[in-house]
Amino acid sequence: MAFSIYDFSTLTRAIHDGLAAHLSPLGVTAVEWVLVGLVLIIFIALFGLFLVYAERKVCAFFQNRLGPMRVGPWGLLQTIADFIKLLMKELIQPKRVDKFLYNLAPFIVIIVPFLTISVIPFAKGLQAFDFDIGIFFITAVSSVGVIGVLLAGWSSNNKYSLIGAMRSGAQIVSYELSIGLSLITMAVLAGSLQVSTIVAEQSTGWFIFKGHIPAVIAFIVFLIAGTAETNRGPFDLAEAESELTAGFHTEYSGIKFAFFFLAEYVNLFIIAALATTMFLGGWMPFHVGHLEGFNRVMDFIPPIFWFFGKVFAVIFLIMWFKWTFPRLRIDQILTLEWKYLLPVNLVNILLMTFIVMEGWHF
Amino acid sequence: MAEPDKIKTEEFLINMGPQHPSTHGVLRLLVTLQGEVVRNVEPHIGYIHSGIEKMCEALGYHQIVHLTDRMDYLSAHMNNEAVCLCVENALGVEVPDRVKYIRTIFSELQRLASHELWWCVMGMDMGALTTFFYGLRDREKILDIFEETCGARMTLNYSVPGGVMFDIHPNFRKRVKDFIKYFRKKLPEYDQLLTGNVIFQERTKGIGLLSLEDAIAYGVTGPSGRASGFACDVRKHHPYSAYPFVQFNEALDTAGDTFARYRVRITEMWESMSVIEQLIDNIPEGDYAVKMKGVIKLPEGEYYQRVETARGELGVMIVSDGKKNPYRVKFRSPGFSNLSALNHITKGWKIADLVAIMSTLDLVIPDIDR
Amino acid sequence: MTNEELKTRILELAPDAMVTDGKQYLEAVIPAGVLHRVATALRDDPDTAFDYLFCLSGVDFPEYIMVYYHLESYRHKHVVVLKVKTDGRDKPKLDTVADIWPTAGFHEREVYDMFGVTFNGHPDMRRLILDEGWKYPLLKDYADESRIVER
Repeated sequence: MAFSIYDFSTLTRAIHDGLAAHLSPLGVTAVEWVLVGLVLIIFIALFGLFLVYAERKVCAFFQNRLGPMRVGPWGLLQTIADFIKLLMKELIQPKRVDKFLYNLAPFIVIIVPFLTISVIPFAKGLQAFDFDIGIFFITAVSSVGVIGVLLAGWSSNNKYSLIGAMRSGAQIVSYELSIGLSLITMAVLAGSLQVSTIVAEQSTGWFIFKGHIPAVIAFIVFLIAGTAETNRGPFDLAEAESELTAGFHTEYSGIKFAFFFLAEYVNLFIIAALATTMFLGGWMPFHVGHLEGFNRVMDFIPPIFWFFGKVFAVIFLIMWFKWTFPRLRIDQILTLEWKYLLPVNLVNILLMTFIVMEGWHF
Repeated sequence: MAEPDKIKTEEFLINMGPQHPSTHGVLRLLVTLQGEVVRNVEPHIGYIHSGIEKMCEALGYHQIVHLTDRMDYLSAHMNNEAVCLCVENALGVEVPDRVKYIRTIFSELQRLASHELWWCVMGMDMGALTTFFYGLRDREKILDIFEETCGARMTLNYSVPGGVMFDIHPNFRKRVKDFIKYFRKKLPEYDQLLTGNVIFQERTKGIGLLSLEDAIAYGVTGPSGRASGFACDVRKHHPYSAYPFVQFNEALDTAGDTFARYRVRITEMWESMSVIEQLIDNIPEGDYAVKMKGVIKLPEGEYYQRVETARGELGVMIVSDGKKNPYRVKFRSPGFSNLSALNHITKGWKIADLVAIMSTLDLVIPDIDR
Repeated sequence: MTNEELKTRILELAPDAMVTDGKQYLEAVIPAGVLHRVATALRDDPDTAFDYLFCLSGVDFPEYIMVYYHLESYRHKHVVVLKVKTDGRDKPKLDTVADIWPTAGFHEREVYDMFGVTFNGHPDMRRLILDEGWKYPLLKDYADESRIVER
């Protein structure tokens, strides 16, 4: 294929062969696991820091001001300074909390993004795990995050945290349904649940163009549900400052609070990455049908740039929502899901199935 | 399956304490909740009580004007004007037309600034955090105009019994006209940002209803009362200063919900701009103050003056026994009566609606506590 | 209604009242015993229709405390000021009008807070602004050594 020069699998294969020459198969697997884990952890940490900085800058530009400017050139070191501060803070633990659950909750919340990120293809050959039920795995694993939220609220022994956690939990569980159904719509179009197949299918055109009407509807629903899932934007009642309760992470300080904070931004990245993979072609360049010349030019840009470019575009869109719209009330959030998004989703799946059966897609 | 009526629920008390991002000042609300629904709201005030009325009994009539700035600080000039008018009417002093025009222009500019701050805080309470910055940016322009003439940005301290303290700055006319031209373009943008937004409308339409009879019975004046149909604009019904010389409409609405209160204030901003435009080019020449005695003594009796501040009807009652200090000064503050209706309006709505209702009632707590 | 007609109406309701034309508004000094009856009649009678109580204040005089009720009618736009004297300054009591005009709920609590006048029948007779245990600040003989310096 034209972009084989940008194939990461040559790099990974070289590492694998190099290790196999020196270690037993068990040793090779163990080292590879450790390497992949390290790469993912470092990537998530760095990306989380970067996203926090990006949010502050984007928010500032919408609000007609500059944002962090003093710490480092254009405030680039601001988030690092903030995290060093959070690390050095005293871990205040109220007396009557349920100690085991209280300490467990932030870890659950931060581990879930790791699991989900491992099946996302960043570029050709750069995918940690490639199951044949990749999409199913993603929806299953991302549901575990709710447990962390509920545990945090319950174990804090504080009625405000409990109310916040209940609201947040109800919201996340409801919107997972919409996310799952949107993903299923695209799996129907692709004909497979395996993530690498889905991306490969988009080599002649992104799904959002291929699937026309149902794909666009599914994309819009996915964006709305994704924003609600991560407790962001117009759906951030559970952690809003100007509301009564201060949210489920009131009683956490220091590094544990940093976990919740980081998890929110990594979840944002995951929603954007999923949207990119399922709707916008993953790491596939922008090809137009059979215009060979145009496609070759597009192929020159490495797939990893395509991937991150699309992800940043979606992230910017989601950040734009947060700083423009007012907040919805909790009953309005739940009404939106159960009375509007869910029926739209169900009808959309039928529509997409019909279109695939009749072959009316591009 | 348990039937909804037979499920036993308990009510619990929540304290929206004196320090809270959306109570607009030091106000403590004891909210009795049943799940998400508000059953009772009990305001506790007095955290910023300064004893202004008692202090006035020890000061001269020139001095009590300076205390009124700190009551409703967002309508400081209108408070000053109220006391000055009360003293002038008691003494039968007729101020020159120039003074009337200047006082009215300042009052309307201050009303614009106050409604601008209300708008940006309302957006922030609803979650649209960007409106805060847009509103304050424009308010800065008005405050700069104030500072050039009066020396102070918010607590203007400009009116005195008999006139104003100094003449307006030569740049005043031009700056005000430039600002009005600029603001006329901005207000439709702000309208679209919040008013046209579906989420905002869902959160404010039909919420927190106040009927006309209740508005009159609770004494809810100002834009909050006018949104229920209570035509109580003092500028129209008991005109003072330069209001008899201008044409403007009283902003009324009949729905009585949060959205109506919001719309009435936006309409008032348009009307204020129209009033300023009618007056700014026609300020008559003349003195900026009438010569008053050094020590003012009012004849014995009771005097009442009503003025329309940005929050509602402010009343000043001065009881005089002929000496150089007033015997009793009573300020009828609009926020006090508006707050008394809060419990009635909020019963049965949710906590998030309580925040929306409080923002549209536009309470400034020093006005309530005095 | 003109001031003359209002004067006749008030004298019908309370023959012991003293009604005069003040400098701004019609003023009526009403005996404390008939306050509630007169207030209800003034609100309910369609000719007077005083439904807007816009100011309730207390003033401390040497022999008594006077409470002023500024009333306006939304329909007819006339204004009257009712003045009621308490019986002396020792534990003064008056009837409440909070059941007639709900806004008086807060205003009467403030008068109690500042002057010590209790209102019979008030649904929530508590201090509004100050803490429990303060004396009544707006009385003329209020002395507070730690906070007020007398020269």
